[in-house]
Amino acid sequence: MDTPLGSLSRRGFLGASAAATGLVVGFHVPFAAHAQGAAAPDEVNAWVVIRPDDTVVIRIARSEMGQGTLTGLAQLVAEELDCDWARVTTEYPTPGQNLARNRVWGNFSTGGSRGIRESHDYVRKGGATARLMLVQAAADRWSVPAAECRTAAGVISHGPSGRTLRYGEVADAAARLTPPAEVTLKDPKSWRIAGRSVQRLDTRAKLDGSQVYGMDLKLPGLLNAAIRDCPVFGGRLKSFDAAAIASRPGVRKVVRVGDTAVAVVADTWWRARTALDALPVEWDEGPNASASSAGVAAVLRAGLDAPEAAVGHQVGDAKAALAGASRRVEAVYAYPHQNHATMETMNATVRYTPERCEVWTPTQNGEAALAAAAEAAGLPPAKCEVYKLHLGGGFGRRGAVHDWVRQAVLIAKELPGTPVKLIWSREEDMTHGRYHPVTMCKLQAGLDDKGALTALHLRISGQSILAGVAPQNIKDGKDPVVFQGLNAPGPEASIGYTVPNLLIDHAMRNPSVPPGFWRGVNLNQNAIYLECFIDEVAHAAGQDPLAFRRALMAQHPKHLGVLEAVAERAGWGRPAPKGVFRGLAQTMGFGSYVAACAEVSVSDAGELTIHRIVAATDCGHAVNPQQIEAQVEGSFAYGLSAALYGECTVKNGRIEQTNFDTYPVMKMDRMPRVETIVMPSGGFWGGVGEPTIAVAAPAVLNAIFAAIGKRIRELPLKHHDLRRA
Amino acid sequence: MATLDVNGQKRELDAEPDTPLLWVLREQLGLTGTKYGCGIAQCGACTVHVDGVPTRSCVRPVSSLEPGQKIVTIEGLAPGASHPLQKAWLEMDVPQCGFCQSGMLMAAAALLKAKPRPTDADIDAAMSNICRCGTYNRVRAAIKRAAGLPTTRA
Repeated sequence: MDTPLGSLSRRGFLGASAAATGLVVGFHVPFAAHAQGAAAPDEVNAWVVIRPDDTVVIRIARSEMGQGTLTGLAQLVAEELDCDWARVTTEYPTPGQNLARNRVWGNFSTGGSRGIRESHDYVRKGGATARLMLVQAAADRWSVPAAECRTAAGVISHGPSGRTLRYGEVADAAARLTPPAEVTLKDPKSWRIAGRSVQRLDTRAKLDGSQVYGMDLKLPGLLNAAIRDCPVFGGRLKSFDAAAIASRPGVRKVVRVGDTAVAVVADTWWRARTALDALPVEWDEGPNASASSAGVAAVLRAGLDAPEAAVGHQVGDAKAALAGASRRVEAVYAYPHQNHATMETMNATVRYTPERCEVWTPTQNGEAALAAAAEAAGLPPAKCEVYKLHLGGGFGRRGAVHDWVRQAVLIAKELPGTPVKLIWSREEDMTHGRYHPVTMCKLQAGLDDKGALTALHLRISGQSILAGVAPQNIKDGKDPVVFQGLNAPGPEASIGYTVPNLLIDHAMRNPSVPPGFWRGVNLNQNAIYLECFIDEVAHAAGQDPLAFRRALMAQHPKHLGVLEAVAERAGWGRPAPKGVFRGLAQTMGFGSYVAACAEVSVSDAGELTIHRIVAATDCGHAVNPQQIEAQVEGSFAYGLSAALYGECTVKNGRIEQTNFDTYPVMKMDRMPRVETIVMPSGGFWGGVGEPTIAVAAPAVLNAIFAAIGKRIRELPLKHHDLRRA
Repeated sequence: MATLDVNGQKRELDAEPDTPLLWVLREQLGLTGTKYGCGIAQCGACTVHVDGVPTRSCVRPVSSLEPGQKIVTIEGLAPGASHPLQKAWLEMDVPQCGFCQSGMLMAAAALLKAKPRPTDADIDAAMSNICRCGTYNRVRAAIKRAAGLPTTRA
């Protein structure tokens, strides 16, 4: 994918960059030949551009951040278009173009594993509509009925006469036709491009350093900024002594950024950053200056038994059934704050003039970035533009809140006409995240005298993401997203068990640490709570964890299907290798059904080894199985990093972890083998980027219990002694 | 004004002596394939070769380098991305977001030079780079493929 240069001229850019770097890099300016809002001349429709040389440019509205959506969405369009896959390339339409064209590309938001599952219908229609227009253009040229024409690999053929035309030869004529009102999409069973493990379209540039991430953008006259925001959430910038660093090399300006931050602008980022380190700054630490993790935990613990709670899912009368149960099991679990820790820290480049504000940034939601830029610039969105650059990881950090874009615009406003690139240091990124919400959960189960589960109550206490990010979506004090994976039967994040008396409720408790959508979101902790506790209850009932689950899952065949698949492949019920123990977990979220079986061993010294994971995913339709495998494998790296190490603690109102030395993550040496079963059952569209994360930790925790007889109920694992009980 | 030998070319630069090599490469020489990830030699995204030795350039002051020392970055690893590792990476679709992959490739290239037939333990020891997308298993398999070894793991 090419890097857009906005209003800066191609000649000016190449001249400047060649002089500065000695490199020649080919860049393409999309839509440069026409005014914003008008269609490109070779555009068949909004999704498809076909050049005279038969290159097919497929427009992708969602953001590529490693998850493969760029390739998957292109496969869906290409499938319906019947083009030559070898000639497919992609480009991002800009949020400004989407605005000007009445949102012809729909939603740009790339989170919630929604890239494919929420746009498959209209992108396929885009490809199918373009194909019909190309066929009609050929039929018109030949003066034959369109129904006599066929398409394959970018060539239209007229059977009776044997004539052929390439798409590139008729694209111009096709673009002038009126699109058909109705199109019929292919039966997925007949797919030839979608549904296959084609290679990604964006790999090559990632192998030789040529891929331009946000941090890598070069523009003529570019200055660089480093920023420090108040380390205490809710605090403010009191004062700074710009004169103290004014004579340092390269420093151009020291800028107050809103009420809370200060930035140094210099010729290079290294000079900006080192000058910022030397800048005397005073903070007003505000009302949260004494906040601590212990304080947060105490507030959450009180919520576990609070009388007021929002009900998320209720069947029968769980409290009465618990009171009358012949046997009760109870446990309390806890899940900490965590940072996304994308490999590329937050960054944005902004060129501001009083007439126009342009932003180049890696973002999961170009439209939200545009809105943030417009607000900070004080300009209408039509006078702003966002050029999306490749993301060095997203995981939810670059989606809902664009705090770094706001900062970058405020800084660039102080230097009108000069492009300024703001890069966060890792320390800034670690201490100003939008953290995985902190919650606790008290679980109570009632068993009858035969060991059957008659009642289950999950009381969640803790943080609401929506309260921090989109409070307008809180209805009657209830955040519906809190109940992910525990919802009533339905197409999204439903619980996989039938319990005659069930209560799932939430006591909202919001600490000062700002929450965010963190890959997997609330499914992560909810699956740990439910799947570890079900394991506890099975054990208390003296039953095999698979058999105990199976008895509760008769009405949830898709949940059960993935669980049975991993149990079968892993050899559940058959002996494991000596010293190796197994654990199971299943859940449903982001429209898909997932399960895992983990195999672990624990040494006498308490050292955990995760040997093997068997994982299954039923996402309805599988657009690119080898990329689903990549997402499933990656989900274990992300989910097990969280389980083993992931924790951000609060002391004196600020996050204590500042870099990968204090916030370790999984590396190669602890990554288990992962065997992935992709088992699409058809009839629905589920996401794959997130759901598997949620089964990583509980499968491993249940295997640890099998190994050592101890239940780990508070993460991360690094705090626990895993020697046998 | 100092001189460095980068990817076989003599390059003049103007930077404070304590400037890390990473930022000289990125900001003075325009070689942005080498990435900033942590700045404290934890993540390996900044890995380059100095006289063939994998080096975390974010903590290597430019003043510590002699003009005769040969620095190789991802841009100079092999012409046309023709290194066996780059080919294996392409065939196996290793990268996800790709941000860490320059460092991964440079660490792996140094490993194969030292140990042309690495064991899993060799790979674990040499590849301490962080990947948040979780490409580790494909990285391991691609190293083995480039080394002509079976890609399975015990």
